[in-house]
Amino acid sequence: MGGQDNNYLNTGKYQGILSWILSTDHKRIGVLYLVSVLSFFLSGVILGFLMRLELIAPGQTIVTAQTYNSLFTLHGIIMIFFFIIPGITASFGNFFLPIMIGARDVAFPRLNLLSWWLYIIAAVIALSTIFLPGGPPDGGWTFYPPYSIKSTTNISVAAAAAFVVGFSSILTGLNFVTTIHRLRAPGMKWMRMPLFPWTLYATSWVQILATPVLAITVLLLILERSLGIGFFDPAKGGDPIMFQHLFWIYSHPAVYIMILPAMGVISEIIPVFSRKSIFGYKAIVISTLSIAAVGYLVWGHHMFTSGMSDTARMIFSFFTFFVAVPSGIKVFNWISTMYKGSISLAPPMVFALFFIFLFSIGGLTGLANSSVAVNIHIHDTYFIVSHFHYVMFGGTGFAFFAALHYWYPKICGKMYNETLATVAGVIMFVGFNILYFPQFLLGWQGMPRRYYDYPAEFTTGNVISTVGSWILIAGILLMVFNLLRSLFSGKTADNNVWGGTTLEWQISSPPPVENFHEIPVIDGPPYRRKPEQ
Amino acid sequence: MERAAAADINAANHRDYAGAKLGMWIFLFTELLFFGGLFLLYAVYRSKYLAEFQNAATELNITIGAINTLILITSSLTMALSLSALKSGKKGHSLLFQALTIIFASAFLVVKYFEWTAKFSHGIWPGSPELTSQGEIIFYSLYFVMTGLHGLHVIIGIVAFAIILAMTNKNIINEGDYIKLENGGLYWHLVDIIWIYLFPLIYLIQ
Repeated sequence: MGGQDNNYLNTGKYQGILSWILSTDHKRIGVLYLVSVLSFFLSGVILGFLMRLELIAPGQTIVTAQTYNSLFTLHGIIMIFFFIIPGITASFGNFFLPIMIGARDVAFPRLNLLSWWLYIIAAVIALSTIFLPGGPPDGGWTFYPPYSIKSTTNISVAAAAAFVVGFSSILTGLNFVTTIHRLRAPGMKWMRMPLFPWTLYATSWVQILATPVLAITVLLLILERSLGIGFFDPAKGGDPIMFQHLFWIYSHPAVYIMILPAMGVISEIIPVFSRKSIFGYKAIVISTLSIAAVGYLVWGHHMFTSGMSDTARMIFSFFTFFVAVPSGIKVFNWISTMYKGSISLAPPMVFALFFIFLFSIGGLTGLANSSVAVNIHIHDTYFIVSHFHYVMFGGTGFAFFAALHYWYPKICGKMYNETLATVAGVIMFVGFNILYFPQFLLGWQGMPRRYYDYPAEFTTGNVISTVGSWILIAGILLMVFNLLRSLFSGKTADNNVWGGTTLEWQISSPPPVENFHEIPVIDGPPYRRKPEQ
Repeated sequence: MERAAAADINAANHRDYAGAKLGMWIFLFTELLFFGGLFLLYAVYRSKYLAEFQNAATELNITIGAINTLILITSSLTMALSLSALKSGKKGHSLLFQALTIIFASAFLVVKYFEWTAKFSHGIWPGSPELTSQGEIIFYSLYFVMTGLHGLHVIIGIVAFAIILAMTNKNIINEGDYIKLENGGLYWHLVDIIWIYLFPLIYLIQ
């Protein structure tokens, strides 16, 4: 592939599949992750498709209640732990972080490969629950006791998978922080670093400082189920709400693990396709760091109905409103960047605009959730389901696709069909809204989440939603088809297809083995444009 | 700039002393947060079951706990001595101190083993029917989980030092390149510090 003689795709120590799974080249590991997370995304999509099909009519339609419970649990575990948390960070982050800061690799290349292996081992453990006696876990990806202690399904095995994948996440974070501290090119001061590396830096710290709490929590759950230690069992003096606290001390910051790199991707794409420098670089950097910091103080908003003092609820509610401010700052900066720009609607920009639209809906409905009174009304309803799919799928998911279309020519050295990519994006956007918007209304009317059945008055909304899932899946399949086909028949891509200003566009496509023949010297802030560009 | 020098090293054989140490410190943060979850549970349940916690703690043997504390602190000293010996070129001394660290760490586990089996023979283990009050159940679960996880870290430390010892012997770790020994030492001091907090929380405050 590609015109370059000596690029990362045709040079390596081993041959065939070993050249990938034993490689310590950050670019190859990035591609390994990319293929893995996309595979898990598609598996999660199939599970989601089956859930929507079950919900097309009231009563039992295609699966039993127990199967449905396992479907939404596995859908959650796969999408959260194996797609969206490693998603952008481990794939595009691995590939582009060293290049964008002018380094030859990450700080610990072998540890990087170990991260991927741990991720795959965790995935095998998680998927083994389907085949082990006892059956796949039920009760949801959050593993709430007391049910998770009593369930006879393979919850301990699934929890062990979460433990191992957490280890992988910690090692990636540790690696990236050290890389950014130690390996920036000469002259790349902190405030000269592009915004995608900045968001990776903030994300990595959250991975480092939050994931260990999940590790101890799921470990205690396993001990609870095997030895009966009693920490979360009221009969033995424990308290299930302590599990919820520990779980969300990790899992709320984890939301920012998912969204921050997505914001980084959008901050890269918007200036390139507006032919302008980014507006408010410093504000975006500060808002990135403050999202990471304040994100630790809001976990209680998942537990407004669990039993908590009014003071605690008011404080958590306040911080939840507060954390929306830096997100808002980013949206305003992206829009200001586009103002008076020469906007080109190439596929990455189309996906980025969809991101801004969908993320704004997700973010604003998040404010509705964070006010205590409203929250108690909509808690555990489809309003919540819709809200987090708008943020996670409409936000991070669409940013992932934006990144995929933005960097595809750099990774593969090939160009895809841009018209087809845009058509696929528009179909996905339309399908997405038809799928998830009715769920806001259903939830507001009181339809609870996680049931395979519902009263007849919710039928219309559910039918519309299920039809939306078909349109969305059609769009996804078209996108995947377009990208796969271009691997074989795509035209050779130029080194700088989009006219980007960051370092990855200054090297050949696909990049050479150690990225740079000579380490670049940085003499100014990122995103500067020469007049003729 | 020192960073420029670090960045210019060929990735295939790069060696970055400060980077390796930074990575280790970050790993230690994750260990603190890992145990932090347990300390949080301890704080909540202690305030909930204060009288039962105080009562249950009197069952523990302070002398044995104190002996183990002494053993572990001494092992941290030999650990530090092995590093300074290697830095000043005394490989033999360093190997001796590393071996002593492994011996002290093993002694800690032996004492722990006798302590645990004594508890078992008195009918105390997680889920034991002889534990009557809820506070007592939680206290001993915390005791076994916290000292158990700490003990697991001691075992990992012993394995790590066995590898470090072999590497020092083969001069892979040497006077000029001692970062693996230093990072092993950082890990060992952390295991030590966690015990320094566990000892008063479980044994001393009654």
